[in-house]
Amino acid sequence: MSENKKDSERVDLNDPKLTRFDIYKEALRKDDIEILHYEPRFPTPGTKEEKRMERIVAMMFVLAGLFALGFVAVMAFWPWEYPGEVTGWDAWFKWQTPMLGITLGLSLAFFGIGILTWAKKLLPVEEFVQDRHDGGSSMEDRKLAEATIYNMTEDIGLKRRPLLKKAFLFGAAPLGLAAVAPLGGLIKDPGDSLTKTGFHPDHNDGQPVRLMNMDGSQLRPDMVSVGGQVTAFPAIPGGATNKYANSSTLLIHLRDDDAAELRENLYPMYRDADAVWGNFVAYSKICTHVGCPASLYEQHTHRLLCPCHQSQFNVVDNAAPVFGPAARHLPMLPISVDEEGYFYATQDYLIPVGPAYWNRPSLPEEVEE
Amino acid sequence: MKRRKFDAAAAPQKVGGALDDRFKLATPTRNVMNKVFPDHWSFLLGEIALFSFIILLLTGTFVAIFFEPSMAHVAYDGVYTPLRGVEMSKAYESTLNLSFEVRGGLIMRQMHHWSALLFVAAIIVHMCRVFFTGAFRKPRELNWVIGVLLFWIAFIEGFIGYSLPDDALSGTGLRIAEGMIQSVPLIGSWASAAVFGGPFPGDQIITRFYIAHVFILPLIMLALIAIHVGLVFAQKHTQWPGPGRTEHNVVGYRMFPNYAAKQGGFFMLVFAVTALMSGIFQINPVWLLGPYEAAVVSSGTQPDFYVMFMEGLIRVFPAWEFRTDFFVLPGIFWPGVAAMGVFMLLPMAYPWLERWMKKDRAHHNLLDRPRDVPVRTGLGAMAATFWVIGVVSGANDVFAERFDISLNAMTWAGRIGIIVLPVAAYFIAHRICLGLQQHDREVLAHGIETGIMMRDPDGRFYELHQPLAEPDEHGHTDLEYNGWVVPKRMNRVGALEARPKGFFKSLEEDDDSDSSRQIGSGKK
Repeated sequence: MSENKKDSERVDLNDPKLTRFDIYKEALRKDDIEILHYEPRFPTPGTKEEKRMERIVAMMFVLAGLFALGFVAVMAFWPWEYPGEVTGWDAWFKWQTPMLGITLGLSLAFFGIGILTWAKKLLPVEEFVQDRHDGGSSMEDRKLAEATIYNMTEDIGLKRRPLLKKAFLFGAAPLGLAAVAPLGGLIKDPGDSLTKTGFHPDHNDGQPVRLMNMDGSQLRPDMVSVGGQVTAFPAIPGGATNKYANSSTLLIHLRDDDAAELRENLYPMYRDADAVWGNFVAYSKICTHVGCPASLYEQHTHRLLCPCHQSQFNVVDNAAPVFGPAARHLPMLPISVDEEGYFYATQDYLIPVGPAYWNRPSLPEEVEE
Repeated sequence: MKRRKFDAAAAPQKVGGALDDRFKLATPTRNVMNKVFPDHWSFLLGEIALFSFIILLLTGTFVAIFFEPSMAHVAYDGVYTPLRGVEMSKAYESTLNLSFEVRGGLIMRQMHHWSALLFVAAIIVHMCRVFFTGAFRKPRELNWVIGVLLFWIAFIEGFIGYSLPDDALSGTGLRIAEGMIQSVPLIGSWASAAVFGGPFPGDQIITRFYIAHVFILPLIMLALIAIHVGLVFAQKHTQWPGPGRTEHNVVGYRMFPNYAAKQGGFFMLVFAVTALMSGIFQINPVWLLGPYEAAVVSSGTQPDFYVMFMEGLIRVFPAWEFRTDFFVLPGIFWPGVAAMGVFMLLPMAYPWLERWMKKDRAHHNLLDRPRDVPVRTGLGAMAATFWVIGVVSGANDVFAERFDISLNAMTWAGRIGIIVLPVAAYFIAHRICLGLQQHDREVLAHGIETGIMMRDPDGRFYELHQPLAEPDEHGHTDLEYNGWVVPKRMNRVGALEARPKGFFKSLEEDDDSDSSRQIGSGKK
């Protein structure tokens, strides 16, 4: 601590007449602290009110201890195991978590309030003032530090030895690269994972891939009622798992007039691919905005809504976006029914499903809105 | 050998002496114990964040003991009947087991989640306090930057933690994160493959997120928090202007016993609130959501509250996908990546922007009252409004459903509101500041309105004012405004008797009435 203007108030610490408080005041002085106001909370010790305060604080601590014991007891003895059946509100196990929270919470609360009451009601009333010494060092100190640093750079002598400087940099920069190089192990070629789904015949020994339900049963036209829809997956091993997260597809059975409207609106590429079978159409479920499954189908408006960000797609117009942040239609899966009566994908999606990315293959002209 | 008797009274001195011989602790101990701290309720907001962080470390360690960060497939075979036989990842299964089959596991999980929410909420409120009072000005700009960094690391840490249980909601959040990573120009598809170890979701992401969530990010946060608090300690806390308070001193009470006791008690209270909330209010019941499947989502899909503003921006941003023959720039890039970058850098740069705008090079240890800096307060109100509209838009499907409003109307309200309302908020806040400033000056010149109506002999009604100093012949007082609170009610200047204390019995009947009167109850 700096020696300051209050030097005149220095006391001799070896003076036997000094009380402990006098010594403490000297300590404060050395820390640049002045007492503005400092007195006991209760000027007369031992009054009723002081005793009452003490009792209150003591009671808080005792309650904290009791509730903490309660917490331990609930932990140890409360029947907490899930019974494995549906139960009412009066099942014991349902109350374990609330009881734990209440006992622990109250214990901590009483302990905290006890400490705070002690601080606010029993500690001395005080106001101290301490000098700040911010705003940098003195000019003298800066000069000394400067000289020290310059002397060190002088010792190293980089300025005088340009060859060393360049060589040092040449050594250091590649080392920095070497430090981050192992991260290269994370890099993976996305390959065709963004453009190819589970419906590609490659996943089925070159054979076209059938559509299946979540439970693995293969889909037939009679499984979807008129106006209804079902989520379909590629009928390959693991087709309904997250391994083929981009493959989930919505198979919709349209009403006659809706199907007619859709045929009218069909993009040429889907017409050429004969993508719609009867009144059945299959769209990728992966929203073209950021990839949530767009799965809320409103029959009478023919709208498919993605609940994440409210993009809406018109099912009878190639699932083109009609509202919200999505900018591209949901790709259509060309489907047909084979001789055994099961739906299959005549080919994989014509365009990549899901959200856009920098190097996404561009869309055919006629789809550009 | 004579056995020396143990002298309990001298023991502390002996131990202290022994320690000082080795570590020379006497002076630093005295410095720390005597250190003076200013006092104001708003200085405790940052503490809530700090205490929540401690609770997060404690509860997080507990849940980590039972959590398996693996995406290996298992069929659930635990006690929770509705999910028996369902295929899921080990991460989700171990979260279920922690909730159902570990004694006290559920409350620990819920405490971890609640304190995470409290942590980020406290950071936001603390940041508002520092911003609106100008505590970020020189010499504290760097600490403000560290604080903004801490917010964003907490944001990412929270999001990653939310993703770990691998339930339907967290998977949806991950999917959105994937879409955002993919939207980064040039490297999007490769960056996504690097993060997920191939196509989404792959079988690596939970394991990678886990190490980030329990090791890398907490380590960075711990270091930054240590620097953050250490700088507050070294640079000494700012204080409100007031009698005897200058730029060159600190007025308050000492670190020990007062400050330490208040901190300790307050920590217990924050911990208590977290425990109570976690016992009584359910949070993130993952067993109701089911495991993550890429094809499953429901409406009312909301992230944790601190991610909501980003979710809202993504919802209201128009369908603008920029396509050329050579590349595609997805619309999500603007609200999801570019805007987040701006929201990271702009607040960090603000202290220097304000210095440059105000040409203010001075050292500041005294806080501003928000009303005295209308432009800054207006800008803050602007940012806050922007944020709130983002949050509301992030739940606009819930609002639409609950209040029976069209969803598209909600989206349009968000699109228009997020442009118009922040500007309106700026002007309104600015005007309110000026009005408050004017009222301060009025009270200083004319005195406090007493509410007492008088009537002249000639019938004129007027209100009595209580001047704050000796008035001149016009009834005006000549008081300078100097950044302190101006008293505006009569009982602020001692017009009313203090309420008698005592709950069960009146203390007025006490025999030692005068001496027992508490000192300090009528302070300031």
